[in-house]
Amino acid sequence: MTSIAEIPPVVQSARAHGLKAVFQHARYVMRENPVTGFAFLMFLFFVLCATIGPWLVPHDPLASNTAQALKPPSALNWFGTDQLGRDIFSRVVVAARLDLAIAISSVLLVFAFGGLSGVAAGYFGGWTDRIVGRICDTIMAFPLFVLAMGIVAALGNTVTNIVIATAIINYPLYARLARSEANVRRDAGFVHAARLSGNSEGRILLMHILPNILPIMMVQVSLTMGYAILNAAGLSFIGLGVRPPTPEWGIMVAEGASFIVSGEWWIAFFPGLTLMLAVFCFNLLGDGLRDIVDPQRRT
Amino acid sequence: MLTMIARRMMLAIPSIVGVIVVTFLLTRVLPGDTAAYFAGPAASAQAVEEVRVKLGLDQSIPVQFASYVGDLLRGDLGASLTTGRPVVTELAARLPASTELTLAALLLSLVIAVPLGIIAAVRNDSWVDHFTRIFTTAGVSLPVFFTGLLFVYVFYFLLGWAPAPLGRLDVFYSSPPEWTGFFLIDSLVAREWETFRAALAQLALPTITLAVFSLAPIARITRASMLNVLASDFVRTARAAGLSGGTVVMRYAFRNALLPVITTLGMVFSFLLGANVLVEKVFAWPGVGSYAVEALLASDYAPVQGFVLVMAILYVLVNLAIDLLYGVVDPRMKVEG
Amino acid sequence: MTSQPLLEVRDLTIEFSTRRGVVKAVQRVDLSLAKGETLGIVGESGSGKSVTSYAVMRILDRAGRIANGAIIYSGIDVGAATESEMQDLRGREMSMIFQNPRAALNPIRKIGRQIEDVLIRHVQATRADAREKAIGALRQVRIANPEERYSAYPFELSGGMCQRVVIALALACQPRLLIADEPTTGLDVTTQKAVMDLIVELTRERGMSTLLITHDLGLAATYCDRVIVMEKGNVVESATAEEIFRAPQHPYTRKLMRATPRPGARLCDLLPEEPAPVDRAAAVNVTSDTSPLLRVENLVKEYPRKSTAPFFARFMKRGKFKHPPPFRAVTGISFDVMRGETLGLVGESGCGKSTTSMMLMRLIDSTAGKIVFDGTDLATIPARDFALNPLRRRIQMVFQDPTDSLNPRYTAARAIADPLLRVGTIERSKVRTRCEELALLVGLPLDLLDRLPHQLSGGQKARVGIARALALEPDLVVLDEPTAALDVSVQAIVLNLLQDLKERLGISYLFVSHDLHVVRLLCDRVIVMRSGVIVEQGPTAKVLEAPEAEYTRELIAAIPHPPFAA
Repeated sequence: MTSIAEIPPVVQSARAHGLKAVFQHARYVMRENPVTGFAFLMFLFFVLCATIGPWLVPHDPLASNTAQALKPPSALNWFGTDQLGRDIFSRVVVAARLDLAIAISSVLLVFAFGGLSGVAAGYFGGWTDRIVGRICDTIMAFPLFVLAMGIVAALGNTVTNIVIATAIINYPLYARLARSEANVRRDAGFVHAARLSGNSEGRILLMHILPNILPIMMVQVSLTMGYAILNAAGLSFIGLGVRPPTPEWGIMVAEGASFIVSGEWWIAFFPGLTLMLAVFCFNLLGDGLRDIVDPQRRT
Repeated sequence: MLTMIARRMMLAIPSIVGVIVVTFLLTRVLPGDTAAYFAGPAASAQAVEEVRVKLGLDQSIPVQFASYVGDLLRGDLGASLTTGRPVVTELAARLPASTELTLAALLLSLVIAVPLGIIAAVRNDSWVDHFTRIFTTAGVSLPVFFTGLLFVYVFYFLLGWAPAPLGRLDVFYSSPPEWTGFFLIDSLVAREWETFRAALAQLALPTITLAVFSLAPIARITRASMLNVLASDFVRTARAAGLSGGTVVMRYAFRNALLPVITTLGMVFSFLLGANVLVEKVFAWPGVGSYAVEALLASDYAPVQGFVLVMAILYVLVNLAIDLLYGVVDPRMKVEG
Repeated sequence: MTSQPLLEVRDLTIEFSTRRGVVKAVQRVDLSLAKGETLGIVGESGSGKSVTSYAVMRILDRAGRIANGAIIYSGIDVGAATESEMQDLRGREMSMIFQNPRAALNPIRKIGRQIEDVLIRHVQATRADAREKAIGALRQVRIANPEERYSAYPFELSGGMCQRVVIALALACQPRLLIADEPTTGLDVTTQKAVMDLIVELTRERGMSTLLITHDLGLAATYCDRVIVMEKGNVVESATAEEIFRAPQHPYTRKLMRATPRPGARLCDLLPEEPAPVDRAAAVNVTSDTSPLLRVENLVKEYPRKSTAPFFARFMKRGKFKHPPPFRAVTGISFDVMRGETLGLVGESGCGKSTTSMMLMRLIDSTAGKIVFDGTDLATIPARDFALNPLRRRIQMVFQDPTDSLNPRYTAARAIADPLLRVGTIERSKVRTRCEELALLVGLPLDLLDRLPHQLSGGQKARVGIARALALEPDLVVLDEPTAALDVSVQAIVLNLLQDLKERLGISYLFVSHDLHVVRLLCDRVIVMRSGVIVEQGPTAKVLEAPEAEYTRELIAAIPHPPFAA
């Protein structure tokens, strides 16, 4: 099997040209569609929180101070304090790392497994297709969140298992998308042409079909990232996975839930709002990405 | 037609088999001792052994699977450790509450989302369209447990319009005589108007919470598939033949646009059944979801397993119904079937 | 014009607002159509011919807008009419039929009901007699068993049948104007003739006026009284069909006329000017080897047929159930391709010609028979192993759709280089040089080599496809309808290029096509196929001038013959 590195430099220069074109196009889309630009800025902000947030926050997210318990938002505690007097703002910022880590690792996991098995199923057909299809059907036979609950309950109540469960319930989405995209290209003219040029089947799959499917898969990644965050937060809301006092958006909303009826809204509100914004950001980004990679709209 | 129905039902069988195998595997792949797991955290060594023999865990996997299927066929899902009552009984008692909530939410979201999607597509690029697009993207981003709490805060704590988020019926009312298990229908049948009003008041917030969540995907797919169909050749033919705008939109475009919407309903149901669990927890709704969550927190696994199984079988049936509906709308399915 | 025209378009300008700003699709178009007259609007893709007709019906897309000018139908100003007035006019006064008839019908409504909808809308029928009248409309377009067909869905009918239904729908309310937008594009020639004859007969019977929009000058000249020619949104010429054919005035019309394959024309006649003198001395390969390059013997391709038995019948009668006989796409055909020869393979869709070419290319396995290429039986090599066979280099193919056949993520250079990199024997450092040579060979400007397919025109993409096929210097190239997706003027250039390349490189072609005109121009010998069987083969001139098989005669008769052509 040969690799891209072997392509003569003259041909590769065209690739750089292509990349530049993509970049220019991305800038064009940003200008045309400021919402995507906004989502991208928001995305950068969340990434910033996740990477250097713990060093920036004003308070120790785990330090309780019962004297300061249940204080509404103020100059000192921007988002107020919870029942143990912990600073909610600090906790919300620090939680970004855990929430994003769960989402990203589960999406990467399913991207690798679902994408590859789906492409193989769509391209080779036959028994590969039947096995992948059967796995998808079985997973899809469950309401997805309920299946995730069952998996975490069975495998054990840990963060790793939340990642695994989230990956499993997203598997059919990825496998089916990759399968159908590979399947429509299986008999495309350019694939026949690649065969005539002496490409082996494996090479056609990796060098001709996969690069054409990748952009669509990336859109899917962005869209499922939001769903993965929601799902993980939902699981921790009902008490699975993350344990207190670890700061995590879902569990923080759960902790604040009982105070809503007595009017202490801020405990649940700020983590919930942040969670919502994070998911919103990924969904907007996914829509924007679709515009960028959609060859029809690319001129 | 009958052949088609029979065929569709046959197609549901592998799904049900898959569901049973997966739920079986989920209890057997557990790291550690399955017997200890089912006996609960506080069980003594002797109790664990008793459970092991009772569950047949000392036997081979195929035998275990056979007895598991046998139990299922007899309707035996084991017993809850905390309440000691059979899981089947508890689930059966709580299922109507969950179903009523889910169906009410689905109905509400369909009634709003489908017209919204149609208008957004017909008036493409108008303010309705922009609103729908923002609304649908925002809608799928909402964590239901968060919106639920927000509604409770605004409508119960601040405005006082809604009753306390504590179950299906205020303590001052007694449940209507059971007929369907749906309080709204039962109270109407029994002509208990006050009970009906109270049940409706309790149902309103959780229903709206769920509906806001399921609205988005339905409106989105309706809009997208309407746009697609409105741009198609046969709509142009219909317009060129002078058919009026209403006929073109409803009889020609909408019926065709309905097909992807029906397909999406399966996905929406999956979301709804999952979101149901969260909403039930927020509103202390006495449904199967909150039952499972309570059991989960008490490390009481038989109810969780039973819950997953029942939900999955329910969902397979829902998908079967959706398939049949699709076959009714699309004549092409009859031939392929 | 003696009397008041039925339709008059004056100074029509149509604008489309796109992401790149406002584009004028049609500019200052004038036309008039008398009662009972048939007017053809001819132009290549993007000429604005369809947009003009949509404006007459006022069914432009939302993005399109009549910017200027007037459309007067029988005294009514179409531009100023309200939408409800227009709805009354459409279907009742003016009707339209479209290309791709299957998509033009509502897929989930019975065809009879679709006709009823129109009848009831225009008060031509009541609920009580609508069914009867709909069946009557179907009968008029010669649909057999109209009572049964009434309940059919479009997917149950053939393309030609669907077009009849669309015609029935358009004519149901006895309109006075029929606009036919490429009504036969995508249909087989024999079906095309039947549909066109039906349209002419029905409209003449009723004294209707017809606007025929087509890219096919031959079709327009055959069926129209007058023809206007459009180019890039402008009318460049307007004259009677005979004048257009005999003495085209505008250079564009002349170019279009020349490019249209027709009897009596030679290949180089299709080009706009005299081609630059090709260095014929460079032509190689006057081989003395008279053995055939490719010999096909009793080639068969069968596909397993999907069982039509009901599911339960199969389920119950397990052991007894017999599989239906397989579908034979190609039924034992034999032929030779000589060295340096162009062999035409002609037939309508579904005749097995594409299956045959796929088998020869070793893209699919054959069921039985021999494919002897220069002494080696290729049929014994499984298709999936053929990629790495040394013979792979010697048989290449040019595909039907140039867009579909180029990887959207590969530049032109990368696409041409692909076969060189995979099975080529040249050094990697020389690949680019070789790509440039090939580009020059097929007339592709070198600065286009670094473009992606979506940045190239159809003709340029076709050249890339040809360069790729030639990269390995094959002995046999299968051309699978290489110009079917191209405009006539581009087709003319590509055909000439192919002919030129053949002479210079001494390749053999197997030219698969449905278009007899094109086959006549390019091929030395021709094979006519139908339902997987060869019905006739022989030298091109003989087969086309004196066909022996009845089917060949039908095919030839179905090609539009302008009455005044040579």
